[in-house]
Amino acid sequence: MTAQALEQRDFAVVIGLEVHVQLETATKIFCGCSTDAADDEQPNTRTCPTCLGLPGALPVLNEGAVEAAVKVGKALDADIPEQTRFHRKNYYYPDLPKNFQITQYDAPICQDGTLEFSVEGETREVDIRRAHLEEDPGSIKHVRDGTGNLDSRTVAIDRADYTLVDYNRAGTPLMEIVTQPDFRSPSEVRSFLNKLEEVLEYLGIFDSTRDGSLRIDANLSLVPADEIRDDGSISEEVLEAANRTEVKNISSHKGAEKALTYEASRQRNLVQRGKTVEQETRHFNEAHGSTVSMRTKEEEKDYRYFREADLPPLQVAGWKETIDIPELPDARRERFREEYGLDAESASKLTSTKEVADFYEQVAETFDPDLAATWVADNLLGELNYRDMAIEDIDGRLDEFARLVELVAEDEITTKNAEEVVLRRMLDDEMAPDDVIDEEGLGKADDDAVGTAVEEAIEENPDAVEDYHSGEGGALNFLVGQVMQKTGGSADPGSVNGMLREKLDE
Amino acid sequence: MSADLNIFVTEETLDSDADGPLSGKTVAVKDNISTEGLRTTCGSAMLDDYVPPYDATVVERLKNAGATIVGKANMDEFGMGSTTETSAFGATKNPVDPERVPGGSSGGSAAAVAAGEADLALGTDTGGSVRNPAAFCGVVGIKPTYGLVSRYGLVAYANSLEQIGPFAPTVEEAAELLDVIAGPDANDATTHDEGADSDYASAADGDVDGLTIGVPTELVEGADDRVVETFEAALSDLEAQGAETTEVSLESVGHAVQAYYVIAMSEASSNLARFDGVRYGKSGGYDGNWNESFARAREEGFGAEVKRRVLLGTYALSAGYHDKYYKKAQDARAWVAQDFDAAFEEVDVLASPTMPVLPPKLGESLDDPLQLYLTDANTVPVNLANLPAISVPAGEAEGLPVGLQLIGPKFGEETIVRAASAVEN
Repeated sequence: MTAQALEQRDFAVVIGLEVHVQLETATKIFCGCSTDAADDEQPNTRTCPTCLGLPGALPVLNEGAVEAAVKVGKALDADIPEQTRFHRKNYYYPDLPKNFQITQYDAPICQDGTLEFSVEGETREVDIRRAHLEEDPGSIKHVRDGTGNLDSRTVAIDRADYTLVDYNRAGTPLMEIVTQPDFRSPSEVRSFLNKLEEVLEYLGIFDSTRDGSLRIDANLSLVPADEIRDDGSISEEVLEAANRTEVKNISSHKGAEKALTYEASRQRNLVQRGKTVEQETRHFNEAHGSTVSMRTKEEEKDYRYFREADLPPLQVAGWKETIDIPELPDARRERFREEYGLDAESASKLTSTKEVADFYEQVAETFDPDLAATWVADNLLGELNYRDMAIEDIDGRLDEFARLVELVAEDEITTKNAEEVVLRRMLDDEMAPDDVIDEEGLGKADDDAVGTAVEEAIEENPDAVEDYHSGEGGALNFLVGQVMQKTGGSADPGSVNGMLREKLDE
Repeated sequence: MSADLNIFVTEETLDSDADGPLSGKTVAVKDNISTEGLRTTCGSAMLDDYVPPYDATVVERLKNAGATIVGKANMDEFGMGSTTETSAFGATKNPVDPERVPGGSSGGSAAAVAAGEADLALGTDTGGSVRNPAAFCGVVGIKPTYGLVSRYGLVAYANSLEQIGPFAPTVEEAAELLDVIAGPDANDATTHDEGADSDYASAADGDVDGLTIGVPTELVEGADDRVVETFEAALSDLEAQGAETTEVSLESVGHAVQAYYVIAMSEASSNLARFDGVRYGKSGGYDGNWNESFARAREEGFGAEVKRRVLLGTYALSAGYHDKYYKKAQDARAWVAQDFDAAFEEVDVLASPTMPVLPPKLGESLDDPLQLYLTDANTVPVNLANLPAISVPAGEAEGLPVGLQLIGPKFGEETIVRAASAVEN
């Protein structure tokens, strides 16, 4: 074994996360401005004296944001303190309207939680150190002089002529969720983030489709593999001794896995070549899939935290009891298996989002849960996915889809027509199922009409009848096809087959 | 003559159509209180062209009460000073003696009332900035209980300490103005329900019969003899009206000035951080990265006293010093509050000279900031303890006004108004 291979085997990856999630409240955390960004909104229009940090303006806490945070705390099985309070984190940055951020320091709204998730079929648990509330800063754009639209002139800071600031985002409630360094691989991080997002969406306090709704900073270091204890834990001394890098600017689950895979192999390469890993902040470049040193040789930042006197402490002792949270995905999956007799895969698909699960349960209430599962999990989600749509896009059309399942359940149309014609036109042309059936003439033909078609087919195809009688197997299929054609596909092939045999064998 | 006193930074009239308790009254507003469409400089070059797009809650209440705002009154830069000499717009002179300072930091507001430029005025009091100029200019000034008056729209200097307060020629008129501005505000989470339907003005009945007045020895000992003499004469007068006086001790107040300055400067370092040249002050054209640009904008926009306090405050909050300074100051603050609580178990109000000295001459106190900070000894404990206090003219010494300070328990505005009105008798 080469020395290099030894080095490679001897180190394990240790990762901890700081996940910033935007909480979906109606208004910002300290003022009455909306958090909802219109697609075509102009910069600095969704603002007021408070979120602009105008001289004299004061923050007033949006208790809706605290409620959302308590929900997260309950879902993470975290401790909620008697009293929660806010601090100022002081630093200068142009996107920060007051040059300090109102955040939490010594009394965060959540402490000591856990989140369970599965990775490659195994269940893992990560400890949550704390989760606190804070205000989102604004956003900045570095721009080059010139003509043409702004986006085409937006460049990296070192190439920019000036910087533009937009405070529309400033004051959006953020929750920063800080994990223990419990991750041992980038793929674990990805699975954790999937699970976290699923839970947050179930709580109804998070919208993953919102731009910038999830931002991740990750700490990664290599520690000697034999320092990992049997239970997977690592001593503080070992962690302290390992130089770690902080990777910033990660905005997706996939990006997190990519960034950390890159960073782990970069650190491994350094160690293998006998070099040391610099303790530094690195920027993830999503397009290149690599991390770059931010080259800030600053000593550790001193944020000069102190109490925000403009916001009195909030008593939240009883909130955990009074605020309810919905059934979480794991519990719901388990219940679907028990209550509806679903297999693991269907139960998992049908609980992938709260909306899908709610939709399924409404359909399953009236129809055979198995049939409903097939229709929702396989047909509907498949067709929606193909069209880049989500269950929310057909919100309000539950009745129509329930009707489709009903038509199939009561044998009014064939499964094939329901899947291939009716469902597709319902999605593409926003038609009601009965209208599609009328327009396409898909109603299952009544027995009389099928009987007539059978007689006609026999009459019109004497050669095939002869072939049938001489024992040629293909003849019957040919006749079935003729009948299907005459009925516009609305007859059931199985029963046509039977009727033909009956007639021909008479 | 009044123009020579340099009372206003911006002299412009905002009329009100509303019919209310202040109809027909003119009011000067300190220039750190936001007025929509009317520039609000805080006495700083940094904000010399800043025009707020909104009214402070107190300004809205003035307008609703029918008051006519006659201008934005001069002040020490961002409230940092006790003589109104640190203003970027020049010093204000004392109407009683134009060779002397009017006190500060709300010197323009006090001088406006003393000179008859306005019937009433609003100032702000972080460590004495209403009571000090009221005493030096011979008018009445009230520092309300923390949380009685909304700070929404007041450009913060030290936000855990300060309150907006009224100036007037008489206690009753000051109380009337307090009635207008007091009461809860949805835009300021630190306001209380108290003051919602207050009637402080009718408490100005001069009835001190049976009132117990405590005199903290620590707040009299270090004062100028001429001040003490006037103060004691006023106390005897109150005794003659049926009040009872008794000596009390507030051991903690010896630490109040140090604690006050650490806390005020720390908060200021954060509150003033937003003035970085991006949206306020001179911006652009500087070489270097944005940190260097911020530094240049602040170097040019702030005066010496502001820089001193921002630097010291930044230091006091820094890692390694936070516990030694900021935390220790918070402990002292808690101790001061406890001392007052204990005193109010025994007495109804506390009395002291507002200022331990007579108004100094212009320019006299600028060279020695530490000596100047010490003249706040009698006023800052009140802010540390979030209490209400009033300064009322007690008489004159060598032709110069001497103020008497009355301190009440939290939300005890009626008691101090009543006692102060007896001093006027």
